[in-house]
Amino acid sequence: MMCDNCGCGLPGENPVGVSAHHHDHDHDHEHGPGDHHGHDHPHSHTHPHPHAHVHSHDGQEHEHSHAAGDEPHRTIDVRRAILEKNDRLAERNRGFFRARGLLVLNFLSSPGSGKTTFIRESIRTLAPDLKAGVIVGDLATDNDAQRLRESGAPVVQITTGTVCHLEAEMVGRAMQRLDLASMNLLIIENVGNLVCPASYDLGEDLRIVLLSVTEGEDKPLKYPPMFQSADVVIITKMDLAQACGYDRDTALANIRRAAPKARIFETSAKTAQGLDTWREYLLQEQQARKALDPLSL
Amino acid sequence: MHELSIMQNALSLALDQARQAGATRVHTICLRIGALSGVVPDALEFAFEALAQGTLAEGAKLAIEHVPARFWCIACTLEFQSDDMFAECPDCHRLSGELRAGREMELASLEIE
Repeated sequence: MMCDNCGCGLPGENPVGVSAHHHDHDHDHEHGPGDHHGHDHPHSHTHPHPHAHVHSHDGQEHEHSHAAGDEPHRTIDVRRAILEKNDRLAERNRGFFRARGLLVLNFLSSPGSGKTTFIRESIRTLAPDLKAGVIVGDLATDNDAQRLRESGAPVVQITTGTVCHLEAEMVGRAMQRLDLASMNLLIIENVGNLVCPASYDLGEDLRIVLLSVTEGEDKPLKYPPMFQSADVVIITKMDLAQACGYDRDTALANIRRAAPKARIFETSAKTAQGLDTWREYLLQEQQARKALDPLSL
Repeated sequence: MHELSIMQNALSLALDQARQAGATRVHTICLRIGALSGVVPDALEFAFEALAQGTLAEGAKLAIEHVPARFWCIACTLEFQSDDMFAECPDCHRLSGELRAGREMELASLEIE
């Protein structure tokens, strides 16, 4: 069994994120072909060692001297989230949103599952109780922004170029182009993609993942990281369920398997099915956020 | 392209840390990648080779530790690992919503010179 923290081979007794144990061990160097070290160094480390040594020296020969204080190879412990910069900016966004009592939703799905239409109809249904603004991300074009403007809400389009997801920094810049004081709901329509956007926190309150009945009931099983991160799963295009042989029981079971805690809504933007329940849910969530806002007390 | 941007973040964090430690060269970059992170280790390797060129980490080894998904079953008070990424408790077969590990994307350590 590998140690959780450093893969050193000791049984892992520490939960993730708790500081590492220290251990002394002799370790063997595994030298790749082309390395000519020709030395033997049983040295004693007192730092966590997360690897087998595989030196890559491009054929250079050098002497290792492992006397104390003179170690050419040092291991430094970093333990920092790779996306910490995004996480930090997302927290800044979140604080900014909270201070304004804004409910912020991050909509995610594959391309074509009906995000734009669902959002447009949601905004119409929610008005005038919830006044929404929208930030929409796409690789190119502002077609979605134009469709969303039909709802009457202000819309800012982010064109990401080649980037397959939105990042907190892009949202931070885009929101400056919205009059946030006039709204209490901010909807972020992410780039259509069921993989990458899962990793990027934008500072949202709720992550809304859409699944259309035309996509196949097993999608939650194929893309577990995205569904696992969902607070809400919305099944869209229910009006087409019969025509495409949608198996409701299987779809719901698969969603629950991937996202046991998520709220599930079955909807159709065309027939307005499920939009009332969705509206009630969002009103409650917005009230709860407002209560958290110290300025509203 | 997702892994490219993740790797870019990881490399720039690694190079910052290496410079702060006075490194002249980075030999190994150790990452911890969770099963539910949505990141493919092979794609990270590919991106790394391209991005590391001309930096202190050129030619360095990328060591990726896979972190399995682990969940907590509140009924059985049991932490369990799930290899298929779904949260069914092995004892009571109920689904757990509490993920305890598996979303990591972390720069664990560096071996420098």
